[in-house]
Amino acid sequence: MNANKKLGVFIASAIALAVLPFVVGSTLGNSWVRTIDFALLYVMLALGLNIVVGFAGLLDLGFIAFYAVGAYTFALLGSPHFDIHLPFYISIPLGALCAALFGLLLGTPVLKLKGDYLAIVTLGFGEIIRIFMNNLNAPINITNGPQGINLIDPIQIGGFSMGKTIDVAGFALNPVHMYYYLFLILTIGVVIMAYRLQYSRIGRAWVAMREDQIAASAMGLNIRNIKLLAFALGALSGGVAGGLFAAFQGFISPESFGLLESIMILAMVVLGGMGHIPGVILGAVVLTIAPEILRDVIGPLQMHTFGRMIVDPENARMLLFGLAMVIMMLTRPEGMWPSKRRKAEFEDAKKG
Amino acid sequence: MSLLEVKNLQVSYGGIQAVRGIDFHINKGELVTLIGANGAGKTTTLKTLVGMVKKSGGTINFDGKETDNIASFNFVRNGLVMVPEGRGIFGKLTVEENLQMGGYHRNDKDGIQRDIERGYELFPRLKERQTQLAGTLSGGEQQMVAMARAIVSQPKLLLLDEPSMGLAPLIVEKIFEIIQMVAKEGVTMLLVEQNAKLALEVSQRGYVMESGRITMSGPAQELLADERVRNAYLGE
Repeated sequence: MNANKKLGVFIASAIALAVLPFVVGSTLGNSWVRTIDFALLYVMLALGLNIVVGFAGLLDLGFIAFYAVGAYTFALLGSPHFDIHLPFYISIPLGALCAALFGLLLGTPVLKLKGDYLAIVTLGFGEIIRIFMNNLNAPINITNGPQGINLIDPIQIGGFSMGKTIDVAGFALNPVHMYYYLFLILTIGVVIMAYRLQYSRIGRAWVAMREDQIAASAMGLNIRNIKLLAFALGALSGGVAGGLFAAFQGFISPESFGLLESIMILAMVVLGGMGHIPGVILGAVVLTIAPEILRDVIGPLQMHTFGRMIVDPENARMLLFGLAMVIMMLTRPEGMWPSKRRKAEFEDAKKG
Repeated sequence: MSLLEVKNLQVSYGGIQAVRGIDFHINKGELVTLIGANGAGKTTTLKTLVGMVKKSGGTINFDGKETDNIASFNFVRNGLVMVPEGRGIFGKLTVEENLQMGGYHRNDKDGIQRDIERGYELFPRLKERQTQLAGTLSGGEQQMVAMARAIVSQPKLLLLDEPSMGLAPLIVEKIFEIIQMVAKEGVTMLLVEQNAKLALEVSQRGYVMESGRITMSGPAQELLADERVRNAYLGE
């Protein structure tokens, strides 16, 4: 591709992304814009997990914990719960930092673990965080327990709040639209960070470590630090996404941070193409949007063909979803859009 | 003062003594070989030198310092670089990225780039395969990657563990040519080999190791001519 063509593609996609919420909003309704907002949040989360799983090769089944930490930090610093109302440009970085600290907290004890053992410990860690959130309402009420935290401040820039619809030159700008742009900017930030990491000295070090720890250590790699860095940086993006989620929803409770969510994010990374940034983005978008489409299709389809509901749409959705995953893993285990490197790894595994 | 001075080195795995008190030294600019049969303790000796195995006795003095308290990932910063058995290259990184890994501990980007270019000059084949994944190269080419990467690490002493292992005879000769080329660049090397003949032919001095002890040492030419070496290792 020559430079002009590249520039053309770049400008076209920039315009497409800029008008997307209005096109979708006016044709399909604003609930779909909301779905796209969530897709962006999941892109951030999946890219964060991709640093840990895809780049560094550390299987993490408790990634949602960092999302939770980011969300709760934001919520506690910007809600009537403690009556603290810090601006978002303080509480989101703080949430990200807290999440990174928790990343180190998880990383330190699991340094020597590999594969299944690592997966089990991280899974436990995710549950511990959720259970803590669920029970930290006594003796001192910190997280408000299972009721969650309500009335979280929306993002406010200057005097203007993203929580209310505003009029701009005759256009009704909904909160879902405004959050779309905010999420888009931060998602682009996370994408850039992920790209820079992948092609940096550290990115190479992660691949080297994944392949041969002894040889990597002989090259002067401090395996401990490089692993902790992966956990911390992954958690950081999770924390940012968490803070945004809290602001966007206005309400969080431990329920949103269950094991199923962790698995969902992992599925996005794996189905998309572990370690390949465009693949992971695709995985996150597809796995956020597909269930929503299924939700809209399954019910009416059954009514139409059978005249009544045979399978509850919610169950049917999960069934189809599971089926799709099984087929995917059988036919294309390297993911929808794998990197050259990962493809080579899978071919090696098949051979030998 | 020698670059490397090993005195009465002992290593045990559990209750079994693999290295039973050996002494040897390497001077700057030398190519020294350590030969011996399978299980004589050669690889253990090398691994101990770079801190991958703990010694149970004796002293290792490298570049004027005892190496006891250096973490294994810091040896390369001190100039001790090992090319492990099986080459230890990263198959899922490209040739270029492998060479860059050699400069992982260095901070001078320009210097690293210069040394990578030097590696390509030594092995023009690698330049052609620059963007290929290293795992897709032939055994000989992979050894070239390992050697070029070692050069980028700027070793004061390069330790080579069985570079000829598992390669076809023709390629083995090629590898020894490579070793000589690198030696001409002024890199000090300790070569551990089972292929005693070739190893002694390219080296200046040699040590013969048997069941954890050094039984003979001297200039490589003398060892090559020695009756006992010829009988035991050269199959004559």
